[in-house]
Amino acid sequence: MIYLQLFWSFIQIGMFSFGGGYAAMPLIQGQVVYTHEWLTMTEFTDLITISQMTPGPIAVNSATFVGMKIAGIPGAVVATLGCILPSCIIVTILAKLYLKYRNLDTLQGILYSLRPAVVSMIASAGVLILVTAFWGSGIINIDGIKWDMVLIFAISVVLLRKTKWNPVFVMILAGILKIMISIIT
Amino acid sequence: MKEQNKKKILLRLFLSTLYLSAFTFGGGYVIVTLMKKKFVDECHWIEENEMLDLVAIAQSSPGAIAVNGAIVVGYKLAGIAGTVTAILGTVLPPFAIITVISVFYQAFQSNWLISQLLEGMQAGVGAVIASVTLDMGTPVIKEKDTLSIAIMAGAFIAACFFEVNVIYIIITCGLIGVIRTLTSGWRTKN
Repeated sequence: MIYLQLFWSFIQIGMFSFGGGYAAMPLIQGQVVYTHEWLTMTEFTDLITISQMTPGPIAVNSATFVGMKIAGIPGAVVATLGCILPSCIIVTILAKLYLKYRNLDTLQGILYSLRPAVVSMIASAGVLILVTAFWGSGIINIDGIKWDMVLIFAISVVLLRKTKWNPVFVMILAGILKIMISIIT
Repeated sequence: MKEQNKKKILLRLFLSTLYLSAFTFGGGYVIVTLMKKKFVDECHWIEENEMLDLVAIAQSSPGAIAVNGAIVVGYKLAGIAGTVTAILGTVLPPFAIITVISVFYQAFQSNWLISQLLEGMQAGVGAVIASVTLDMGTPVIKEKDTLSIAIMAGAFIAACFFEVNVIYIIITCGLIGVIRTLTSGWRTKN
């Protein structure tokens, strides 16, 4: 039964993530963290971090990771298949239509309206990641905030916006900073 | 002879997508660009204009762009067999890498050094996402299209404060897109 749940969850993720890259992130969060509680918010954030540092789409990486954790290699296979199945069907049909009619206007029109929504949902998932980073699983108030994490976040933002550093490099640096702060204090 | 030729194309397609998928960091947009370079400029299997439209299909369809790109290229070159081949080539590397990492992740999670590293990286990845949001959101605001900005604000409030299921937000905004395309023709704005 768990295989069916994994399969169905990742079909939904594959079917509704428009816009590539981070667009799948809020959907994965919804299915994996909230609906099924297969991962904690911390594990989910680690997963996004790992996805950033390895090749491959976030959705495929997540399917493999969650599948492995919940039901081993068969789980990983089932989840990954689920996540690419909608693409296979939808893209093949569209490619077939395109090769026949050569017209993409309606499709791109829909995407044009989806893009602002996708930006917002990525932002919303980002907010939750930051809440987890700044407060852990504790209560959100000014006393509970981890100031070292806020500092690392601020340094990372400045590095990303002001330099042309690779994001992977900035993330590793953020990790090393945390180790150094923990050793000192 | 023709059968032989098809096998050769499938093998080359598999190896190309495997290679691209294993060594491309930086997401779907980068990998699609590299696919164009490989299949249009090097192999001359697909014409440039056609490839641009195939890439547009890959980018506008739901799902991972790298996987979608593999599907369109595979389908164009060798039909369903090509699609399956290209998907296998694209999915195998991340599947193998994450399988190994997830085994290590369970084992290392309790290690103090690794847990500190991962915790710091949470702040880092939060910064990366904040930066990406800024890069993606600025053009929407600069376009000064009232409906787009309203969609952006509405979607954020719905997702962040009311915790509305992402799928409903996507469906709603997709419908708005259909209506907008049918009534006015969005291209006049570009």
